[in-house]
Amino acid sequence: MKKLKLKQLKGWLYLLPALLFLGFFMVYPLADVLVYSAEEGYNFASQSFFGYGLYNFKYVLRDPFFLQALKNTFIIVIITVPISTGLALLISLKLHSIKPLKEAFQTIYFLPYVTNTLAVGLVFMILFKKTAYSDGLINLLIKAFGGSAVDFIDGPYWAKLFVMCFYTIWVVMPFKILILTSALAGVNEDYYKAARIDGTRKFRIFYKITLPMISPMIFYLIITGFIGAFKAYSDEVAIFGTNLNAAGMNTIVGYVYDMLYGNSGGYPSYASAASLILFAIVFTITVINLLISKGNARA
Amino acid sequence: MEEKIKKKPYVKKALSNAGTYIFLSVWAIIVLFPFYWMLLTSIKSYSSYNLEYVPKFYATNPTFQNYLDAFTSVNLARYFLNTFVFTVVTTAIMLIITVLSAFAFAWLNFKGKNVTFALFLALMMIPTELVVITNYVTITNWGMRNTYAGLILPSVASVFYIYLLKENFEQVPKEIYKAAKVDGTSDFKFLLKVLIPMCKPTIVTILILKVIECWNSYVWPRLVTDNSEYFLVSNGIQEIRENGFGRENIPAMMAAVVVISVPLIVLFLAFHKKIMEGVSRGGTKG
Repeated sequence: MKKLKLKQLKGWLYLLPALLFLGFFMVYPLADVLVYSAEEGYNFASQSFFGYGLYNFKYVLRDPFFLQALKNTFIIVIITVPISTGLALLISLKLHSIKPLKEAFQTIYFLPYVTNTLAVGLVFMILFKKTAYSDGLINLLIKAFGGSAVDFIDGPYWAKLFVMCFYTIWVVMPFKILILTSALAGVNEDYYKAARIDGTRKFRIFYKITLPMISPMIFYLIITGFIGAFKAYSDEVAIFGTNLNAAGMNTIVGYVYDMLYGNSGGYPSYASAASLILFAIVFTITVINLLISKGNARA
Repeated sequence: MEEKIKKKPYVKKALSNAGTYIFLSVWAIIVLFPFYWMLLTSIKSYSSYNLEYVPKFYATNPTFQNYLDAFTSVNLARYFLNTFVFTVVTTAIMLIITVLSAFAFAWLNFKGKNVTFALFLALMMIPTELVVITNYVTITNWGMRNTYAGLILPSVASVFYIYLLKENFEQVPKEIYKAAKVDGTSDFKFLLKVLIPMCKPTIVTILILKVIECWNSYVWPRLVTDNSEYFLVSNGIQEIRENGFGRENIPAMMAAVVVISVPLIVLFLAFHKKIMEGVSRGGTKG
């Protein structure tokens, strides 16, 4: 009997460190964020508040900075997820069809994954920026093709959006290419052989064999892509600097952190409300994605 | 046989092959160009960089002055050391916690195990953005801003890695455990001498993913440090951009970017097979 009790205790003992850390830094904060979001007029210095209610959510949803962040985030999601997934699929298919140099290409394509995005973002900034002494490389290219120079970093909204989406795609491609090339490598060669003997055309082979075989991975990439894009933040900081509100390029996550910290910070209640709104959006979109992918699997 | 199946004439095949290689090379150039550009800019002298209205694709008078500047006029060495300490300590503590929990879930029997594991899985869905607010307040209240502890503590427990390792531990045949028990091996010794060596590939995967994550982490360090003595490289580079060498000294800035990027790139080139395998087995970024 005593031995049995000891055995029980042992399991919990092994789990103890994980339970402690997860309890302190995940479970408790989860409850706390709900409390914060309901506390009206919370003052960080005196740690006092007026009462409970939905005022924080109302405030955030009326804040023009939040609305701008919401708009930017949705644009990032809508542009970068389809383009990066499609492009990654195309590149992976081409990669799969060659033999010489395949490994070299794969290695090169993966490089952005292991780099510090804050650091490499500076290179993109320099390439796109227009300064007093030089228009920057990209603008010189545009001019060479007969266009006129634009400041992509401090200029019009569409230009800033372009750099932001371009950089985001550059950053997320390695993971997607890697996942899709391993999915393609996993498709049984016999299917292709059989199809070729039957004289099936290339596009039909792709549509009828390749696509259904790798579709679970494509859906996985779309779902994680959506989640990742909704949480966009550090790529924007890398290009436009820490004051994203001034640049008009803030994202929802950026808004949360700005509310918490920095020049406009000290409002954990607004930050909590905004982060819960973000969670609600991501959760809804993920559920919709899962339902669609399930429906497809059945069809 | 093979020849008969191929209906396309030889020339057409060669053309489409060339098209494939050109397409793949274009993307390779897009990927590599920023790296080339940062290396190139980092060896141009300040004056020659500013004189080039049309930037040159080669350096006329290569110089290493920028690298000296990167280490002398800003505290790059300090950021480096901080990131190194942060990465090593976080990864080490995370690994111990992960191995112990995965072992408990996979091999020990105790009341409430399954419920606890289900709760752990539920935690995987919680985004960091939701908990970071309270953690920031907690660390501030504990007076741990601008300390290594404040940087490290909130990121040492990862449910995802526990899950990954538990799955792997479970694949080890039960017979081995029984044999070890018969020999009188204790559970802890079994974990150290048998399980860990057998599951080394997964543990290496977890190590690699965590090291990459630590080296690139930006958001949490930014929240809890405002004293540049405790900046990590990501925050350091942001600091350099905003008040470092003066806004216009781009070559020095690029030298700093190169220095920050090199460790992970070297690690990657040395272990690229392992790293890519690891990431495709269970990696997500961010």
